[in-house]
Amino acid sequence: MTNSNTQNFTSTVPDTDFEVRSLDAMCMNESELVHPWWYNFKYALVGLLFGVVFIKAEIISWYRIQEMFRLESFHMYGVIGTAVAVGALSVFLIKKMKIKTIYGEAINFHAKKFNKGQIYGGLLFGFGWAMTGACPGPLFAQIGTGVLVTVVTLLSAVAGTWVYGYFRERLPH
Amino acid sequence: MLERLSHPWHWSVAGVFIGLIVPALLIIGNKHFGISSSLRHICAACLPARIPFFHYDWKKEMWSFFFVGGILAGAVLATVFLQNPAPIEVAPTLKSDLAGYGVTHIDGLLPTDLFSFESLFTLRGFLLMVLGGFLVGFGTRYAGGCTSGHAIMGLSNLQWPSLIATISFMVGGFLMTNLLLPFILQL
Repeated sequence: MTNSNTQNFTSTVPDTDFEVRSLDAMCMNESELVHPWWYNFKYALVGLLFGVVFIKAEIISWYRIQEMFRLESFHMYGVIGTAVAVGALSVFLIKKMKIKTIYGEAINFHAKKFNKGQIYGGLLFGFGWAMTGACPGPLFAQIGTGVLVTVVTLLSAVAGTWVYGYFRERLPH
Repeated sequence: MLERLSHPWHWSVAGVFIGLIVPALLIIGNKHFGISSSLRHICAACLPARIPFFHYDWKKEMWSFFFVGGILAGAVLATVFLQNPAPIEVAPTLKSDLAGYGVTHIDGLLPTDLFSFESLFTLRGFLLMVLGGFLVGFGTRYAGGCTSGHAIMGLSNLQWPSLIATISFMVGGFLMTNLLLPFILQL
């Protein structure tokens, strides 16, 4: 049950939003299938496992992030390094064996284009990561640990994203 | 079993699980691992205003809300059922430096002296949570991704712009932690 939504969607996106595909490819839903909303619960299940790992490997801990940037512990380097190795092997195998989704669709990859935002934005995010001890995933997980004040951190991050959207045409990319 | 799971997990176990999220999302629905875009979808859903960046069919990205909702729920489950019985281990050098800034209550995953509602109304806490959070949201969108989208998904797919982004994240973190944070912590 492929439908033409993707086509319609592309045509309704204003031209100014040049990054939907070019700069920000991971933002796009690649699937052209339309499913009932509750099919999304499978993503919640993956998220659930991710949340447990975040807590139990202390990835969302402010201390672990400080130790990473103070070179006092190998822990975070080990986590990210292993994740990249496993991820890269998986992507390689998916491409090589032309593995399809559970619905039989071909899996798409696309190249990311370089722009200066990756440097400027990357540095700013690095500042925020070291201050809060959270990248975007842990923003949600920190709340789940019961430290409810981190709702403020998450709301600030949403505000930051909004302000970026407001000023993006005037920022160097 | 629960007893064993409640102790902190080794980095290799966590790394393998997180790495496997990449193929899991691709195979169950052609989704690319990435979390910071969920913040954009929240903006698009709640307050798009007249900003073209937030005018797109966010409902097609609904999976992202389920994914981050799952993360929050997983964190709750792990906190309630797999609570680490021992206090968190912190590098002695970090511990003694923090003590110098009056951060002495080291028990949970976050230092309560810095991350609490009382702290929020101090300049130090305000900067850490409000400015820090703002920079996470602003910076990740400006960079077009975060640790998951660039460092894990992007590097897994051998994208060199993602490598530049990841290096920038790390440089930013090193600069903040070692040069700027000491000034913020002494406030």
